[in-house]
Amino acid sequence: MESRTEVLVIGGGSTGCGITRDLAMRGVDVTLVEQGNLTHGTTGRMHGLLHSGGRYAVSDQKSARECIEENRVLRDIAAHCVEETGGLFVKRPEDTDDYFEEKLAGCEACDIPTEILSNEEAREVEPFLAPDIEKAIWVPDGAVDPFRLCVANAASAEQHGGRVLTHAPVTDLIVEAGEVVGAKIRHEPGPRNAATVGKTETIYADHVVNATGAWAGRLGEMAGVDIEVRPSKGVMTIMNVRQVDTVINRCRPKGDADIIVPHETTCILGTTDEEVSDPEDYPEEQWEVDLVIDELTKLVPILGDARTIRSFWGVRPLYEPPEVGSADPTDITRDFFLLDHADRDELPGMTSIVGGKFTTYRMMAESIADHVCQKLGTCARCETADVPLPGSEDFSVLRDYMDEFSLRSPVGRRSVQRLGSRADDVLKTDAPNPVLCECEGVTRAEVQDALSQSGTDLNAVRIRTRASMGNCQGGFCCQRLAAELHPDHDEQTARASLDDLYQERWKGERHALWGEQLSQAALNHALHAATMNRDTDPAKTGTPDWTDFDGGQP
Amino acid sequence: MIESDVLVVGGGLAGGTAALSAAREGADVRLVSHKESTLRHASGLIDVLGYHDGTLLADPFSAVGDMPEGHPYERVGSAAVEAGLDLFDEVAGDLYAGSHTTKNALVPTHGGTVKPTARYPASVAPGLASDDGEMLLVGFETLTDFDAPLAADHLQNAGVPFEVRGVTARFPMLRADAKITRYAKVLDTDEKGIRSQLVEAIEPHLGDATRVGFPAVLGHDHPARVREALADALGADVFEVPSGPPSLPGMRLEDVLFAVLREAGVTIETGNPVVGFEASDGRIDHVAVKRTHQRVPYFADEFVLATGGLVGKGITTSREGVREPVFDLHVPHPENRYDWFEDEAFGDHPFARFGVAVDTDLRPLDGSGAVEYANLRAAGGVLGGADFAAEKSGSGISLATGRVAGRRAAQS
Repeated sequence: MESRTEVLVIGGGSTGCGITRDLAMRGVDVTLVEQGNLTHGTTGRMHGLLHSGGRYAVSDQKSARECIEENRVLRDIAAHCVEETGGLFVKRPEDTDDYFEEKLAGCEACDIPTEILSNEEAREVEPFLAPDIEKAIWVPDGAVDPFRLCVANAASAEQHGGRVLTHAPVTDLIVEAGEVVGAKIRHEPGPRNAATVGKTETIYADHVVNATGAWAGRLGEMAGVDIEVRPSKGVMTIMNVRQVDTVINRCRPKGDADIIVPHETTCILGTTDEEVSDPEDYPEEQWEVDLVIDELTKLVPILGDARTIRSFWGVRPLYEPPEVGSADPTDITRDFFLLDHADRDELPGMTSIVGGKFTTYRMMAESIADHVCQKLGTCARCETADVPLPGSEDFSVLRDYMDEFSLRSPVGRRSVQRLGSRADDVLKTDAPNPVLCECEGVTRAEVQDALSQSGTDLNAVRIRTRASMGNCQGGFCCQRLAAELHPDHDEQTARASLDDLYQERWKGERHALWGEQLSQAALNHALHAATMNRDTDPAKTGTPDWTDFDGGQP
Repeated sequence: MIESDVLVVGGGLAGGTAALSAAREGADVRLVSHKESTLRHASGLIDVLGYHDGTLLADPFSAVGDMPEGHPYERVGSAAVEAGLDLFDEVAGDLYAGSHTTKNALVPTHGGTVKPTARYPASVAPGLASDDGEMLLVGFETLTDFDAPLAADHLQNAGVPFEVRGVTARFPMLRADAKITRYAKVLDTDEKGIRSQLVEAIEPHLGDATRVGFPAVLGHDHPARVREALADALGADVFEVPSGPPSLPGMRLEDVLFAVLREAGVTIETGNPVVGFEASDGRIDHVAVKRTHQRVPYFADEFVLATGGLVGKGITTSREGVREPVFDLHVPHPENRYDWFEDEAFGDHPFARFGVAVDTDLRPLDGSGAVEYANLRAAGGVLGGADFAAEKSGSGISLATGRVAGRRAAQS
């Protein structure tokens, strides 16, 4: 297969999706390819903080200014992806007054609104804060759903004529006469591509954008250029409830384990910062989990005895110009870099974007799109800061759907929050719409909607709906989700997808196996191994001789 | 003063069996249970041993004598396993089937997989996989745990010796989020002629099927009557497909067990936790039961601990280690919690074997292998050394060890 596009964007994280939307809105013919699902890489493995900029207000004021600006934009254009939690920088007795003052001054210098709270005031906002917290600075931090945001960007790109291909890894970059002219991709099983699975496609492009983040170096190698991304891993530990409703930051210079982000029904504790050599294969270690719990217990003591449901790791795509040579990954700037390979490596036809952070994805996309349009000789203007994303246009749909869809109220409310202005389309069904995932209140209609976008990939359904992300970690609902694949897909396919999701849930839950969560894991084990005999399923292990067994009372 | 010959802590299958066994020896028995019994969460199938060293067993009793040292079956011996099952057969009466043979039955469960089990509810009997009668499975749009067409395809892929089809029907009358006990209730009372409405919906799909399987919601108080009515109208056998929690077969078993216990004169007290104990000279003197803010001492000569394993919280854990929370008994376990599990979801997980170690008299042992208390025995899931989920051995262990613990306690 062969195709042509003006711009080929590689990488379906926040940056790639943002660039694709931006270019499509400017009327550029653009194609996005992503090796897995959207957000498959770093974007899907973040703690969900929408930065106010407060975090960088002392060390990196340029980043801080960009964050607050984009924070305001996203509240506007992506209201259904953002929860305006607010954030606190809290000072423990051992943290210095000087740093507290520096933080305050830094925020002021960067136009980040602040308010100083006393111990009592801070504990009124968040009652579970440690009693010995001395004071706090309030900032407009928020929580953001990165998946919903990426999907909305991709959907917008498609509405403007863009092409979005997931499960389409790049197998090679095509370099002709010293110029990048396209890429070869392989179509793997995924949504909407049944006809092309297993085929390769050569996509010729006027310009290629490498937006693969931590994987940028690998892509560079395909074209023979050296891109020194320094992947840095960080752990995030998920609690089963929201101990806090405000983002809690520790008010001290850089350090591990200093942030708690309320996210949907959970809190996410983060994080560590450890350079790794391979963005896909790195150790996930017990000390990292223990560190975030022990350190953050100093800010919110009940975390010490609270239930964690899993941990996951992400890799930051850190980048610094080779001449800087920071030894510690926490010293590397969070700024982004646009690498024009024509200037840098005498290899025209490709631009890489490296570094940066989620909160400023739109601004990064704008800057890349400007750059690419200049190359293409297109003078269309960026509109992404002003036009709301799909799902965010009409917030009045956030009403109580209890009667309309005969759903219990919290279920309806949460479904509508997740779906934004698409709620009507998805939830208006004539068929009964029972809840499939009780922990997160996800109904069959939502799962079916997600499946229509996800093929047989139940993990994609999970991130679209949050099904299987609650207390039971899928023990009760994995098989219900898999059942939704049938009869459109055969029994073996449904079973394979079930096994994938169950193993994926287990992978993260392993890092939370004590207390309530170990009890839960034992229950899941009993349900799946004892009741359903999934561990030694005769459909997999071989047909028994039926006549050897009890055939019933003669 | 509250005083009994034997005090049983825990109200599941093991605790109930221990209490009944002790009472039948003439002891004055009291059973205290903190929460609802986990029986109502289990499938209601009575497993003895389905797999040994990964091999599917047609005869569970062929291998119970081969268990490694420390396994509950090895502790009590195979005769005790058979005696435990005999006791069960007597208690369960007509509610259960399977006692006509020593063989395991292969029962289709809600995941569409067959599992080996020694006894099964009578309501499950017509669904056995070794029977070659053509099968129709019926699921309901609103009962999300059982997808009948998928289960039918799964059974076919496992090579069952019969034709099986699945159909999804709409259960009349009930709203999408009705509880399963509500399904059972309307079928029990035949509210608004629900049974014939159901039959009408299913009849067009019947074809040549000689047996029809439903989710296990066919009545709570009158399951036999519900099944009979449906079977008569359909002209085919009707059976239930067991599933996870909440489980009507489990609830029906719990009802029968507790009725037999009361008949045997056991005093049953539920809802209050045991929060402490006193011991002297290596014997438990009394346990403290928390009743409306007060700690009330319950004295007994002999005690049986049957509080369950990790699932029932008879064994608890923290980042620091593993505990038995009632008597603070020793629970052997790897020090590093990353050695408690395997990386594969269905791996050979050490946590699945967590529990107290006991001598052959079922008395818990301390870290040096010495008996902790002379008048304390343990039974069921609180015992270590068995992965009941992988072995499919949970009920058999509860019955065998419950019976031994109860009898020995009464005889001491």
